[in-house]
Amino acid sequence: MVSVTVNGTARSFDGDADMPLLWYLRDVLQITGTKFGCGQALCGACTVHLDGVAVRSCQTPMKAASGKSVVTIEGLDAKGQHPLQVAWRELGVPQCGYCQSGQIMQAASLLKQSPLPSDAQIDAAMSGNICRCGTYTRVKAAIKRAASAKGA
Amino acid sequence: MGANELSRREFLKVTAAAGGFVLSAGWTQVFAQEKYGSDSMPHGAVDNPLVFVSIAPNGIVTITCHRAEMGQGVRTGMPMIVADELEADWSKVRVVQAPGDELRFGNQDTDGSRSTRHFFMPMRRCGAAARAMLEAAAAARWGVPASEVQARNHELIHAASGRKLGFGAVAADAAKRPVPAAGELRLKKAAEFRYIGKGKTRIVDAVAMTTGRAVYGQDVVLPDMHFAVVARSPVYGGKVASFDASAAMKVPGVVKVVEIKDTAIPSAFQPLAGVAVIAQTTWAAMKGRDALSIQWNDGANSAYSSDSYRTALMQAANKPGKQIRSTGDVAAAMQSAAKQLKADYYAPHLTQAPMEPPAATARIQGGRCEVWSCVQSPEAARNDVAKRLGLKREDVTVHVTLLGGGFGRKSKADFAIEAALLAKELPGKPVKVVWTRTDDLQHSYYHTVSAEHLEGGLDKDGKPVAWLHRSAGPTLMALFGPDEKLESPIELGMGLTNVPFAVPNLRIENPEAAAHTRVGWYRAVSNIPHAFAIQSFVAELAHAAGRDPKEYLLELLGPPRQIDPRSVNDTWNHGENPKLYPVDTGRLRTVTETAAKAAGWGRKLPKGRGQGIATHYSFVTYVAAVVEVVVDAKGQLQIPRVDMAIDCGAQINPERVRAQMEGACIMGLSNALSGEITFKAGRVQQTNFHDYQVLRMNAAPRAIHVHMIPGDFDAPLGGVGEPGVPPIAPALCNAIFAATGKRIRSLPIRDQLSART
Repeated sequence: MVSVTVNGTARSFDGDADMPLLWYLRDVLQITGTKFGCGQALCGACTVHLDGVAVRSCQTPMKAASGKSVVTIEGLDAKGQHPLQVAWRELGVPQCGYCQSGQIMQAASLLKQSPLPSDAQIDAAMSGNICRCGTYTRVKAAIKRAASAKGA
Repeated sequence: MGANELSRREFLKVTAAAGGFVLSAGWTQVFAQEKYGSDSMPHGAVDNPLVFVSIAPNGIVTITCHRAEMGQGVRTGMPMIVADELEADWSKVRVVQAPGDELRFGNQDTDGSRSTRHFFMPMRRCGAAARAMLEAAAAARWGVPASEVQARNHELIHAASGRKLGFGAVAADAAKRPVPAAGELRLKKAAEFRYIGKGKTRIVDAVAMTTGRAVYGQDVVLPDMHFAVVARSPVYGGKVASFDASAAMKVPGVVKVVEIKDTAIPSAFQPLAGVAVIAQTTWAAMKGRDALSIQWNDGANSAYSSDSYRTALMQAANKPGKQIRSTGDVAAAMQSAAKQLKADYYAPHLTQAPMEPPAATARIQGGRCEVWSCVQSPEAARNDVAKRLGLKREDVTVHVTLLGGGFGRKSKADFAIEAALLAKELPGKPVKVVWTRTDDLQHSYYHTVSAEHLEGGLDKDGKPVAWLHRSAGPTLMALFGPDEKLESPIELGMGLTNVPFAVPNLRIENPEAAAHTRVGWYRAVSNIPHAFAIQSFVAELAHAAGRDPKEYLLELLGPPRQIDPRSVNDTWNHGENPKLYPVDTGRLRTVTETAAKAAGWGRKLPKGRGQGIATHYSFVTYVAAVVEVVVDAKGQLQIPRVDMAIDCGAQINPERVRAQMEGACIMGLSNALSGEITFKAGRVQQTNFHDYQVLRMNAAPRAIHVHMIPGDFDAPLGGVGEPGVPPIAPALCNAIFAATGKRIRSLPIRDQLSART
């Protein structure tokens, strides 16, 4: 039995403890904002926060999430108004949008650690998140905008 | 690329009737009818407001988007056009997605950079007709002539009396009025546009996409849903010889193991042979698949190897092939030229790798099949599913989700057919087929692989007097016809036959190449290898002539003139009327000069830094790119900036045009730097993003500047989604040459720079 908190709600899971958190979220809880992109922690589409830190849910077995708190894109901000979400919309970052849950969750983790990240810090934190539509320049600009909005 | 879809339909019709197939017959027929643009597409364009617009009593306007959203912004752009002509307040507009039904909505094949250029005018007429109906309804209510009532920002106004009504108040009356004929409509003047051309309209799905609420094909959730993954034949054309499902059935959560029968080559959009595992979760299905034991009968394509195929292609490109176009006497001019140059270029297979791997959910009950999927062409998916299940088209519904990227992959709905076949195994229950990344990379419809052989002859002043280009690569037509070995008019017309250079002696040839995998289309298609080779060779000629590459490119383009595509043997012209859409070298010159000027072309750069330029016409749009690179002593490459200039005619949603250019730049760089799919023993060797590498943020340009050439809203529009890609690879390679003296002739670049001395 795995006990886990997802977006503030306590849950228990008695299935395969080796199942990645990604599939628990998507198939069992049917919370689908966390995306499946590669299954091998190579693309970042499945990024969630585990006890406040960005992790790849596709490589996080349920047993590793036991007793921990998971926040997904749906739980990042109750009203969807996290400064990153606002900046993403203001700058028209998404194209297809599929990778953006992961991009935003990764960026949120970055801003927690480095409230005013440099270009190099953004590159280092975000290069595990692939966007095939090629929104990188806007992702970076939106992170900077959110960082300065937060700082203000 | 729906023109391709058209040819497929023509093909199916012709083969059914005659048992044989002559590709040119299909095309001749199309051109004999002189149907162009949306008229040349199956089911054409529909502009009836009763199909696309509904207005609730509370004034909320609901506009149906009939094209698939895959990042290009069509769910914003199409409704925005309607809303503008309708004089609707955008904040009161809602967008709904049409299911696949071309009889109702007109062509829905979202492909070929066509949505805006084909539907700008129909959607304007649609909005204008709805506006006229509202005005007429309000006029009737007030007992005044309709000409005295004007719709303005969601209100109907009778200026003479000062009376006003909201859209909602007369919506029901308006819907009962006759739809005005196209000739009676008053379309807005460009100066009256509220949203068109402004770039101020926020993406319709922006909130959903940034809060996790956006639903893609992978995200469909239905009651009592089951999940499936499929082990597919690793070789195209292979069959299941035998399989043992006993271990798979022991995996907790696995419900059923089912064989999917093969389709004979050419298999078009039908699924590959495979064994599917249906389970209660995706994870259980994947574990079940790992436990399968399958013996494959690989078939003839098991000999396909990229290494030996490359050698064969290079040899083919170095021998004469089918003549595609010939002007003057190339052989004689080459012989008498003061200088001759030859170069062989190679561009490998690529795959689309959209961030969302293909996925589809299907449910069959009561003799009807319902599908939810991320398909670019829902009508084609509907027909293919119906045909495979033996159902009537009317008994199949295809709901279109958001597409997590498409790039051509999701035009081929093999995954939707898989879902339908598996849903048949669990009657009444929805089954979702999930493709993993490995499935996606190993069972795609691959971008062609090609060898491009170029020869140039220069006179004593360095001016080009002879040009020979041979292009050899498997054709995507091999998906539909057996033994297709020549590039189709579609592929030839992607920058090869219609190369717009002012060279007196020019010959283009196409040697044969057989396909051994599913060759499909990928964003920009054959423009990728053609532009890479042509625009690289121009820079090579410039270097040989001791000239500035940009000046030399402009000289090759020659004076501004309009080339009739038919005069250069381009019978396709992206499906557009050659009279409305000539190849305009003046526009090519303008984008070239615009990008160069903005990039500060020719400024003195330190050692290891260089600029490269390329320009290309595709999808009836003109794009030039200047890439600037820094290459350090170890061969590490950085891209400080890219400048792109686009002339696609008027920009309907300039903000999304800009986004498409930025994305095309990233994808073009990705293709050039690391994109390569290889085969060994008929099997794709790449398995995930560690060995099919795509561009990440750390390698992306520090800045991408997009420069848009203003256009006339009454003039024909060009495409946007694809034409940004082709000039990027050659501009990059030309920049690398400028920075290092190293000429890249074989893609991807990968570690070729670290090997330099």
